[in-house]
Amino acid sequence: MADVTMRIWRGDASGGDFENYSIEQNEGEVVLDVIHRIQATEAPDLACRWNCKAGKCGSCAAEINGKPRLMCMTRMDQLPEGPVTVTPMKTFPIIRDLVTDVSFNFEQAKKVPALLPPPMPEGGYIMFQEDVERGQEFRKCIECFMCQDVCHVIRDHEANKLHYSGPRFFIRYAELEMHPLDMNDRRDLVREEMGLGYCNITKCCTEVCPEHIKITDNAIIPLKERVVDAHYDPVAWLGRKIRRKTKTSAADAAVQPAP
Amino acid sequence: MAVTESSTKVVLGGTRGGPDVATLRQDRWWLQPVVTVSVLTAFVIYSTWAAFQNKYYYVGANVHRDLISPFYSPCLASNCVPGSKVGFAFSGWALSPALLILIFPLGFRLTCYYYRRSYYRAFWWSPPACAVSDAHASYTGETRFPLIMQNLHRYFFFAGLIFNTLLTYDAIRAFHQPGLGWGVTVGTIVLLVNAALLWLYSLSCHACRHLCGGQVKSFSKHPIRYRFWKFLTPLNAKHMNFAWASLIFVALTDVYVRLVASGVFSDYKIF
Repeated sequence: MADVTMRIWRGDASGGDFENYSIEQNEGEVVLDVIHRIQATEAPDLACRWNCKAGKCGSCAAEINGKPRLMCMTRMDQLPEGPVTVTPMKTFPIIRDLVTDVSFNFEQAKKVPALLPPPMPEGGYIMFQEDVERGQEFRKCIECFMCQDVCHVIRDHEANKLHYSGPRFFIRYAELEMHPLDMNDRRDLVREEMGLGYCNITKCCTEVCPEHIKITDNAIIPLKERVVDAHYDPVAWLGRKIRRKTKTSAADAAVQPAP
Repeated sequence: MAVTESSTKVVLGGTRGGPDVATLRQDRWWLQPVVTVSVLTAFVIYSTWAAFQNKYYYVGANVHRDLISPFYSPCLASNCVPGSKVGFAFSGWALSPALLILIFPLGFRLTCYYYRRSYYRAFWWSPPACAVSDAHASYTGETRFPLIMQNLHRYFFFAGLIFNTLLTYDAIRAFHQPGLGWGVTVGTIVLLVNAALLWLYSLSCHACRHLCGGQVKSFSKHPIRYRFWKFLTPLNAKHMNFAWASLIFVALTDVYVRLVASGVFSDYKIF
């Protein structure tokens, strides 16, 4: 097949620029194949992170023609004619070339209070299929962090990283909040500490998710509605008073249960 | 220089890769905001004009019909045209009766999760499209006034249910044509389709899905609510479609009633 021009961002924290590579493209290839060919033939020092090459590890997330995508799942023949632009994920600090430092996400992951189940009953815990299925969608997440990358709350406003978890972790909070064996109440926590109110539901996270998780409809909006139950609904407030139920404060909810 | 917050290890200010441009997207990302702005602006202009008209919103017994525009139903002012009034009326209201009620359907759509997505993108450019830079230097989302009021969506949803019930009643009542008895006209079908689309829009609402079953921790302990949730989930997936269809059709319904009431054409009787 004909050659293709790849415009690839080369550089590190000290700066960088695009470099053009005119390279052979074969039928059925994905962007990662072409990147590997550039490494093998023209630029052995080109840095890119990859692992499974099957869309299941999330390592090769980058921005192709300006949109967050997995390089291993983006077929060259599905891209428009002309040069193909490949840049690192914009939201995270660059390490080198296409490799970024995604440790922001690992710090957010540490903050998620783990499942808090009741004491094990005799015979063990029982979960029914309908309850299992509900959280199953969220377990498909491969942690490519493209939803975090595309989220304008932190992509365009760096300072928000201090008080915003991002869509990947909202699906984790939603999964725990919808878990029938979980006794914690994270509604105050997601509102006050994790910045759920910063999300203005523009659904970009859902658009880029390679696992097609309905992040906004099935996780973020249900979480927002749970926060409304806890904070903005006087009827729910009255119900809690009558039934003498209390909410868990953000500080109490944030305590990690003993392993 | 990087700054840190004592309670977290998140480090700010790291150098980002890629060029400092608003976007590298090459597709027509601007098309969706342009369409959204065009349709919503056209609707706002038309509905504002129609709400202030205060005439041609009811087709009454003089032409053997009972058709009322959804912008004016329920007609709650004492100055409503004869036949269009419900039992209760505000006396002394001199303005258009539509101005008494439109805040509720307007509030429902303004706080709707789908419309929020649309107007934040198209009008506020926050962001205009995915992976296209936000047009604002700072951003606090829905954490402060006035946008924190978006959390009142469920109350507008409840009000919307009352309106849907009344518009359904209007549609059914329209099948009984004064002086002629029961029959079907184009107007009755228009009112019926309008009511059906509004019900689909309301039932597919995210707040409805949450209140009917989504808020429970365990579906297995609430089987009836689980059934409701399962019924509403596929509708919810089409919320965008119902939002646009119902918005456009409610305006078309007003146009139809207005044209019949003003005598441009008569309401065709099918049988």
